[in-house]
Amino acid sequence: MDARLSDPLATPAAVPGALVEVRRCRQAYHKESNADLVVLDDVDLTLRAGEIVGLLGRSGSGKSTLLRIVSGLLRPTSGEVLWEGQPIRGPAPGVAMVFQSFALFPWLTVQANVELGLEAKGVARAEREKRAEEAIDLIGLGGYENAYPKELSGGMRQRVGLARALVVHPDLLLMDEPFSALDVLTAENLRTDLIELWSEGRLPVKAVLIVTHNIEESVLMCDRILVFSSNPGRVAHELAVPFPHPRNRHDPAFRAFVDRIYGLMTRRAEPPPAAPTGGALGSPVAASAPQPLPDLPMNLMAGLMETLAQQPYGGRADLPLLAQALQLELDELLPLGESLQMLRLAELEEGDIRLTGEGLRFVQGDLDERKRILGESLIRHLPLVAAIRQVLDERWNHRARAERFRDELEDHMSPEYARQTLQTVISWGRYAELFDFDEEADQFLLEDEDD
Amino acid sequence: MVSVRFNLMRLPATDSISSRPNLFDFAALLCMLGLAVAVGSIARHTLAPLGAPDAAVIHLDPAYLPGYAVRTTLRMFAALLASLLFTFTYAVWAAKSRRAGLLLVPVLDILQSIPILGFLTFTVVFFMSLFPGRVLGAELAVIFTIFTSQAWNMAFSMYQSLKTVPPDLEEVSRGFGLSSWQRFWRLEVPYAMPGLVWNTMMSMSGGWFMVVFSETVSVGNTSVVLPGIGSYIGAAVEARNIGAVGEAILAMLAVILLYDQLLFRPLVAWSARFRFETTQGAVASDPWMLALLRRTRLLNRASRLFGDMLTSVGGLPLGKRPTAPRRDLMPRRVGDGLWLGLLLVVVAVAGYEVVAYVRASLSWHEVARVLLLGIYTLIRVVAMILLASLVWVPAGVWLGLRPVWARRAQPVVQFMAAFPANLFYPVFVVAIVHWHLSSNIWLTPLMILGTQWYILFNVIAGAAAFPGDMLEAARNFQIRGWRWWIRVILPGIFPYYVTGALTASGGAWNAAIAAEVASWGKTTLVADGLGSYIAQATTAGQPARVALGMVAMAGFVICFNRLVWRPLYEFASRRLTFA
Repeated sequence: MDARLSDPLATPAAVPGALVEVRRCRQAYHKESNADLVVLDDVDLTLRAGEIVGLLGRSGSGKSTLLRIVSGLLRPTSGEVLWEGQPIRGPAPGVAMVFQSFALFPWLTVQANVELGLEAKGVARAEREKRAEEAIDLIGLGGYENAYPKELSGGMRQRVGLARALVVHPDLLLMDEPFSALDVLTAENLRTDLIELWSEGRLPVKAVLIVTHNIEESVLMCDRILVFSSNPGRVAHELAVPFPHPRNRHDPAFRAFVDRIYGLMTRRAEPPPAAPTGGALGSPVAASAPQPLPDLPMNLMAGLMETLAQQPYGGRADLPLLAQALQLELDELLPLGESLQMLRLAELEEGDIRLTGEGLRFVQGDLDERKRILGESLIRHLPLVAAIRQVLDERWNHRARAERFRDELEDHMSPEYARQTLQTVISWGRYAELFDFDEEADQFLLEDEDD
Repeated sequence: MVSVRFNLMRLPATDSISSRPNLFDFAALLCMLGLAVAVGSIARHTLAPLGAPDAAVIHLDPAYLPGYAVRTTLRMFAALLASLLFTFTYAVWAAKSRRAGLLLVPVLDILQSIPILGFLTFTVVFFMSLFPGRVLGAELAVIFTIFTSQAWNMAFSMYQSLKTVPPDLEEVSRGFGLSSWQRFWRLEVPYAMPGLVWNTMMSMSGGWFMVVFSETVSVGNTSVVLPGIGSYIGAAVEARNIGAVGEAILAMLAVILLYDQLLFRPLVAWSARFRFETTQGAVASDPWMLALLRRTRLLNRASRLFGDMLTSVGGLPLGKRPTAPRRDLMPRRVGDGLWLGLLLVVVAVAGYEVVAYVRASLSWHEVARVLLLGIYTLIRVVAMILLASLVWVPAGVWLGLRPVWARRAQPVVQFMAAFPANLFYPVFVVAIVHWHLSSNIWLTPLMILGTQWYILFNVIAGAAAFPGDMLEAARNFQIRGWRWWIRVILPGIFPYYVTGALTASGGAWNAAIAAEVASWGKTTLVADGLGSYIAQATTAGQPARVALGMVAMAGFVICFNRLVWRPLYEFASRRLTFA
């Protein structure tokens, strides 16, 4: 303690008792000619011993990046990470991570996988085996020591991932969407076991940081939830979950809490008070900078609109209930709603989704009518589509290279998103028969309209 | 590696009684002793003074064949060891150091396209002058030739694996703070293992060809005859003894069979453990050799002990602990600039030297002639690939669509690919001489003799992997005859076919050097082409011509790959794969 106080490098305002502190963290990827792509912007995070904290957000909101920054695997572009008051360089010794993909070594047995972290620390073999066996027993894998990962089911594999993390007795357990690769029942089973161990104080960790895009999961497990906004990733809200473990997801208070988070997340991130950059709800700001489009087939969107138009919804639905009824996760339902909102076929408000008049006409129309409505909507509300169509109309051969549009998109988003966005534009444009695409030549083209 | 559960402390008397050695253990022990004796005696011979190597006597008595076979095999394994060393240094260096990679990867790419047999001119002279008057020099030259046929391929496989280590496993090992040494042995080597084993085995197939060819070679005034199967067959050809040729083929057959059963199959089956897949695939039964190793008590104990040793060596906390990636952009860029500048200077100097040397010893006329000869050989290669495709694609489809047959055929084809085709050359030559056939045409098939199997092998694999429901759909819609071939099966196997044909064409170029010149006793047959040009320049001891020929051939191979195979491959993987 004294040493730390006298250490000139120690930042004076370290929060006492904090396990990890992330201060004004920013992560950006440098782009050749243009502005940096900002993944995380000005994020603060403090973790104390004894709490489970959830990072909740959509894919692409930078929450996994933040997790890697906390673990020391990634160094932020700016800002700092303090471990018990000390800035870290390189992987922090007191953390262990659990991966969405399990990340088990397929050539090592369960036992050898679990021992890996101890081996790196140079723990003697006998001690290693003892501790590995303890962890394996704790996590309910006894009897599977000599199995190879490929012999196990998904849930069992994630248990190995957990045992591997726990065996090193980390101060902080990091979990990167640990249950999202599992089916519903298996995930529930594993979650319950984990919370039980935590409540009984049998987990050899001081705190847990869990990344998720499942709202219910976060309310079920966490003491505190940080809701992230996307583009760039920011902490939009911080909520303390007031329920004691074990929690009942059918409790009305629990439902209300989940509903509230849905509301917060569909309200779109409020810009930080310091820098008001644009309005809420699908503001015309979108016209200046193209937004990445999710990989959504038009049929899915049409299906959602049809469902909304039918009973019991009658054109309006509560998102959590809709998600439950359709068995869609937040990460799947929200992009759907937002895309419809962008095309003005539906609107999101306070955790509800409502069909617009145009949306209703779309549902009632026949296929040609649907194509017409969608085509108009695309041209009016997606500047990229309008630009493509305009170029095609102007060219004598009605062909245009896709590359220039891709380049344009890449000025505003990562190449990955740019490719996906263009893919979605192609798919929607084809549905509306606005234009066609020649994959071999990588060109947009107009079909001959002489029929 | 092998399970870590084995504990030295738990080896009490009762345990060792139950692990009383069985019959197989004695057999294995005898084999090992025999091997030790053989190695020892060969080492003695190797260090012996060369005397007059051109006069070294190869006895055409079949009784000598087993001894020759052992010596040929040992050369192979010496080269294999060297190739492994090369792979674990060069490829690792290229993958780990970005700057080194800038140079090392393209160099590897070029080396891969250079006709291997052309190296002989330089290596024989070099190694003979390194150990004047000793057999060792000649041995090393031969071993180096085999090495060149194996190392590039293996190094490339290793490099590619190291570059594609799954990022989540990478994060785990960094997160747990594995040192660079530990990470190498725990993560990177196991991940690279299946590819490396497979490529090693493929390279060995090529190696047998090289060892047979290079055991009896003459470069200008230096001629080398090293006792082995290759020189045995060389002597048989000189003596016009077709019976001895047959005996050599039989001996080789036995060697390859042993190698295939004792090494190839067990290794490939064992390496399947490291395959990076998380689903449990169909489990093939262990080859008998692997089953023997896994099930006989003593051998199992020994291999476990060995595995444990490797495991603990791999676990040593050597090397750097991981740090978060630093971002010091400017100095890095300056360093890159310096490094690139240095490379440019080296390349320029080398280019100048080469041009000066070539200008002094070669004329433009010569270059034009070499290009023309290259076109001849190109025509041969293309014709042979087409011919082989015409034969083996239908055969491969037929076999591949019948799982039982495919399972039976695969090992046979692998075996054929490993068998050094040049042992069969004399048989062809005898026929050509006997019927006075045109050597320009009839020597041509020799170059595809060994490599055609890659086409068959890959087509079988492609047809076997063809989705069953698509076959059923085709049958349901009554698609038959030509339409079935063109619309259904050919597009389906195309990616596999391209892989096979690419390998076959590369091999054919290489084999041209051995195949375009052939002799029977005093009769020498020559087909006009780049291969015979290089072969004759080698025999005549004209390094400048050999170099020109090699560069021309490498140029042809690279152009052919870039202009034909790569576009085909890209097309195939873009349009004709089942995603």
